[in-house]
Amino acid sequence: MTAAIEFEGVTRVYGSTRAVDGVSLSIEPGEFFAMLGPSGSGKTTCLRLIAGFESPDAGRVLLDGQDVSYVPPYARDVNTVFQDYALFPHMNVLANVAYGLRVRGVPVSEQQKRAHEMLELVQLAGMAKRSPAQLSGGQRQRVALARALINQPRVLLLDEPLGALDLKLREEMQIELKNLQRRLGITFVFVTHDQGEALSMADRVAVFNAGRIEQQGNPRELYRKPATAFVARFVGSANVAEGSLAQVLSGSAQPFAVRAEHISVMPLDDVPPAWSMQCEGTVADVQYHGATYRWQVKLDSGELFAASFPDTGSGFHPVMGQRVRLAWSRDSAVPLAAGGAS
Amino acid sequence: MTATVALRAPSSLQRLLHRRPAVALFLLLVPPLLWFGTVYLGSLFTLLAQSFFAIDEFTTKIVYEPTLATYRQLVTQPANIDIIVRTLVMAVTVTIACAVIAFPVANYMVRYASPRAKAFFYVGVMLPMWTSYLVKVYAWRLILAKQGILSWALGSVGLQGLLDSALELPGVGGPSLSSSYLGMFIVFVYMWLPYMILPLAAALERVPVSLLQAAADLGATPGQTMRTVILPLALPGLAAGSVFTFSLTLGDYIIPSVVGAPGYFIGMMVYQQQGLAGNLPLAAAFSVVPIVLIMVYLSLAKRAGAFDAL
Repeated sequence: MTAAIEFEGVTRVYGSTRAVDGVSLSIEPGEFFAMLGPSGSGKTTCLRLIAGFESPDAGRVLLDGQDVSYVPPYARDVNTVFQDYALFPHMNVLANVAYGLRVRGVPVSEQQKRAHEMLELVQLAGMAKRSPAQLSGGQRQRVALARALINQPRVLLLDEPLGALDLKLREEMQIELKNLQRRLGITFVFVTHDQGEALSMADRVAVFNAGRIEQQGNPRELYRKPATAFVARFVGSANVAEGSLAQVLSGSAQPFAVRAEHISVMPLDDVPPAWSMQCEGTVADVQYHGATYRWQVKLDSGELFAASFPDTGSGFHPVMGQRVRLAWSRDSAVPLAAGGAS
Repeated sequence: MTATVALRAPSSLQRLLHRRPAVALFLLLVPPLLWFGTVYLGSLFTLLAQSFFAIDEFTTKIVYEPTLATYRQLVTQPANIDIIVRTLVMAVTVTIACAVIAFPVANYMVRYASPRAKAFFYVGVMLPMWTSYLVKVYAWRLILAKQGILSWALGSVGLQGLLDSALELPGVGGPSLSSSYLGMFIVFVYMWLPYMILPLAAALERVPVSLLQAAADLGATPGQTMRTVILPLALPGLAAGSVFTFSLTLGDYIIPSVVGAPGYFIGMMVYQQQGLAGNLPLAAAFSVVPIVLIMVYLSLAKRAGAFDAL
């Protein structure tokens, strides 16, 4: 099967910075694909390369097997939900949604009919005559979604679409977007800096760092088997032991990661099971997150390790400045590629 | 132990102003409103009131009795109608020409120029506004004269014929550019162009680039994006700029008296009637004409949706 989107060694340079540096990836038709990374990691530039707002300086961008590297955006079968929604302020909601049909010369009656259908799809049936300025953030987002979907694109691009919404709305929209994607069966490419969002929604995630892809995989792989220190820290903020610390803890210089939830915090005089790795430190901070407690422990070697523990109402609760022992099983330590950017 | 900084207790006046913001607002606004009310609006209404008096033909004294005789004179004398129509046609053509020239310039400045080039353009547009108006008008008279640099330049590249045939056009032509309506038109366009470019650029500056990308993303060609997104959003700027070029042309009396054909313009009539002729009521009636025309223009622009995007 031909990939919906394919990057072959794509590079995009701005001045002296390589915003995208030799990226190759392949997105299957009907896949929900997330591009995850901190700001400036090149994920948004990749999205713009798919939409056609940028052209690669090297490499090729293919849509459905066709080289579109230098095809302008209006000739690509791809639509975008913009970060700021980019609704046309001088048009009402209906005209915004119908715009894609209007510029393609679809008869007005058909434009209206299909725009009303799209508004129903995003549950904004009564809002057709409103102006974008009269809508809430969540409603604007739905209009942007309806407008992007009306051309029935093969690929929908979403640029941090949930960033401007409050937490509750964001959770609702995550579920809705996922349902919409299942129903329509089109390829979604989703750019986000929020690892929780990427893990909960995507079929597959590419983690970007400094213009390159650090790791691609399904959310479970990424979380459980991070390949590099960067991925381990960015996805679920794991503790990373490198260099001499790794040597001391595991007896080998190979770096490894361990999740906060796998670390037990115990009094100094407790003896951990023989199969565990362990170290001592001082509690630097205690955060209460509702479902869990999270301790920041300053190790004697200087690093900060985080350990979390469900709030069961009992158990060992060290306070700030208290000396504690940290321990975790050898199985929960994930070996990482040596070196690499972090 | 660090010394605490004592809070200053508010005076009774401060307490009053804090509790009644309306009083503070009133005190702050009275001086500018007095100035604006008396100096601007007061003098304007005094002038307009003059138009409802009339001059006594024999004594050439103003009779202070309300009458519409001056307005009757304004709209019934064919010479006055000629002046109004001539001024209006000039103002409309100058406005259209300014818009046509200014739009690409403003769009380039805002959308494509590098920051340095942009600064250069803004200074370049405003630089002529910093020099004396009279110097510019007289300079243009020399540029457009029969032996002036423009006709010399056109002649030396073999375009003398083009200039001659332009000057032979009925109505707008004349013996030379400096004594034709065509020349006057060129000077008007030159003078008022910055007043069109700046508001247009300000309006275009407010159009986020993501809107243009959204249009392209949805399948609009660059031409369609221009027609359906950029132009409608630039309309308020176009309306503001055209109010400048339109009203400045309607009211100007120096350019028509220095450059161009001998026909009178509204501004010249106002100047002449209130000065030499001493007919203040007729001068006042003439100065009402641009006000009415601009009000008509603004209501047409509003009905066409020029301010919907504000």
